[in-house]
Amino acid sequence: MTAPRTLFRKVWDRHVVVPETAATPAVLYIDLHLVHEVTSPQAFAALRERGLKVRRPDRTLATVDHSVPTAEASWASGLGEMDHAARYQVRTLGENCGRSGVRLFGVNSARRGIVHVIGPEQGATQPGMTIVCGDSHTTTHGAFGALAFGIGTTEVGHVLATQCLLQRLPRTLLVELEGRLGPGVTAKDVILGVIGRIGVDGGTGHVIEFRGEAVSAMSMEERMTLCNMAIEAGARAGMVAPDETTFEYLAGRPMAPQGEAWERAVVEWRELNSDPGAEYDRSVTIDVGALEPQVTWGTDPGMVMPVSGRIPAPAGAGHRKALDYMGLSAGAAIAGQPVQVVFIGSCTNSRLSDLRAAAAVLRGRRVAPGVRAMIVPGSQQVRAAAEAEGLDRVFRDAGAEWHQSGCSLCIAMNGDRAAAGQYVVSTSNRNFEGRQGQGARTLLASPLTAAASAITGKVADPRPLLEEGRRIA
Amino acid sequence: MIEPFTVLSSRTVVLPVDNIDTDQIIPARFLTTTQRDGLGRHLFADWRRDAANRPREDFVLNRPGAEGARILVAGRNFGCGSSREHAPWALLDYGFRAVISTEIADIFRSNALRNGLLPVVIDADSHAWLLAHPGAEIGIDLRDCTVRMAAGREAGFEVEPFARHCLLNGIDPLGWLLSQVPAIQAYEDRAACRA
Repeated sequence: MTAPRTLFRKVWDRHVVVPETAATPAVLYIDLHLVHEVTSPQAFAALRERGLKVRRPDRTLATVDHSVPTAEASWASGLGEMDHAARYQVRTLGENCGRSGVRLFGVNSARRGIVHVIGPEQGATQPGMTIVCGDSHTTTHGAFGALAFGIGTTEVGHVLATQCLLQRLPRTLLVELEGRLGPGVTAKDVILGVIGRIGVDGGTGHVIEFRGEAVSAMSMEERMTLCNMAIEAGARAGMVAPDETTFEYLAGRPMAPQGEAWERAVVEWRELNSDPGAEYDRSVTIDVGALEPQVTWGTDPGMVMPVSGRIPAPAGAGHRKALDYMGLSAGAAIAGQPVQVVFIGSCTNSRLSDLRAAAAVLRGRRVAPGVRAMIVPGSQQVRAAAEAEGLDRVFRDAGAEWHQSGCSLCIAMNGDRAAAGQYVVSTSNRNFEGRQGQGARTLLASPLTAAASAITGKVADPRPLLEEGRRIA
Repeated sequence: MIEPFTVLSSRTVVLPVDNIDTDQIIPARFLTTTQRDGLGRHLFADWRRDAANRPREDFVLNRPGAEGARILVAGRNFGCGSSREHAPWALLDYGFRAVISTEIADIFRSNALRNGLLPVVIDADSHAWLLAHPGAEIGIDLRDCTVRMAAGREAGFEVEPFARHCLLNGIDPLGWLLSQVPAIQAYEDRAACRA
């Protein structure tokens, strides 16, 4: 009889190639290595300098997302105005993948998209896997019961060369989410609420397992939003135990197991949950039943408040610095704050269900004058699916921009950026100073809240608009 | 091969801000590079220079005394956010060899260790002393994991033993990982049998 183990520990144990000792970390096997253009060129170069080959190109999947423009006009001109350095970076990835036999969903691929959108979409992301990428939002893939985390470029090189990483056993944090979400309240509001509660370093050194009634009720896309922002609480990874929702999502996806292999995989995946009595280093229980839509007021994702609330009195110099940067005053209501840009996209909230949520608010309405609303699908497949159900028409008719897929305004290194002083209601994951352009001010929120803010031209609670929509329907 | 790290003596630069994220350390617009060198000039770009590219006189790296300092003392949770290794590359290229805080974010810490930038987490009292004494001459000794401040004040710190061994001896951990390839091959063979 072995001791009860957590979901995390089960996945970890299966991937230990060499156990850790006092002197050396564990050698941990990596099942899937996702690669993009920004954090990989120096790693491929390091391999070449040492005469090393990519050990498992078949376990490596690459795409371009961060530095590729998304504006229709850029694509219509054949990416003619693309930044020279970005163009070279994209070409370098193509050459590196070509030389090493790594599969690449490149600029012209219909399967291209944000790396954390396409992994699940293609069925490459599977329960029980270890998944890494030179990108902190790799935590997204934990939604499938995978152990997935971001790494730096040197470690990208380690994985390319050996398919392994040197790792110490992290600690575990159980986040139990009780209750049922109210109408107009989303997974994005839940994770913002969690970060507000435990802090932007509340998960440092830990792998979070999310579970509870609210998590079980979530779709896979919602669970991805939840795990995506585990890093914003400082956590190494976020995980959700796989269940029928997970299997249903994955069944039939191009890179998922098929036929008999699928049946065998599901049997194995059903074992991937925490044993009764399994111990965590820490745990926290949060009732999300009364949670309101959340919006950030400051310059880190922990500076967050209910949309109906008033900006809190600053607790220390960090808060004062944030309020100063944001041009906001303590005690003021956040709802009603004028906004100039609305961004619906990013690896947090750019999947089909996010676009449908935005469309539910935008349908039959117009974006407020003076507001630029950008809708950026997470992948070309999401874009095609949205167009197949006419969502692009809803967005265009409302006066919003419909883009090609990519990271876009989440990282503002691809031609999409906000101007200094502008307020951006954004469905992305980081409201850091300058994240969306030098001097730009980001307010993180759900797709529903972002869409409602686009309509009113001010930070807005989406629930009255949703209610009105239902009455008309 | 990285430069061995044993003892570092330097003045400090103090940046008493909590939760300094890697977007502040090196903004994303400088990440279109395919190189790892030359990033020091963009370190803290938007805190060092205003929108018109003029130096902000009130920022610590623009004040007299910052030049040549090799130890950065920062607020809690330094290096949070993006996994970009460009952050430690930029700090190193600028001239820093160590960062001291009461807490350092996981990915940044790992990236820093891989590049010979020592992440040092110390107790709150010692940290408060460092914040109160900007420009202090201090020593960081990786051999006994001790920070030595004025008047016999000392603070211990911990570094993951393997990373410490690699830093002390200038060893690249990839070499050791490559020496484990037979075990990796055996693991892959077992996994292939299971499938």
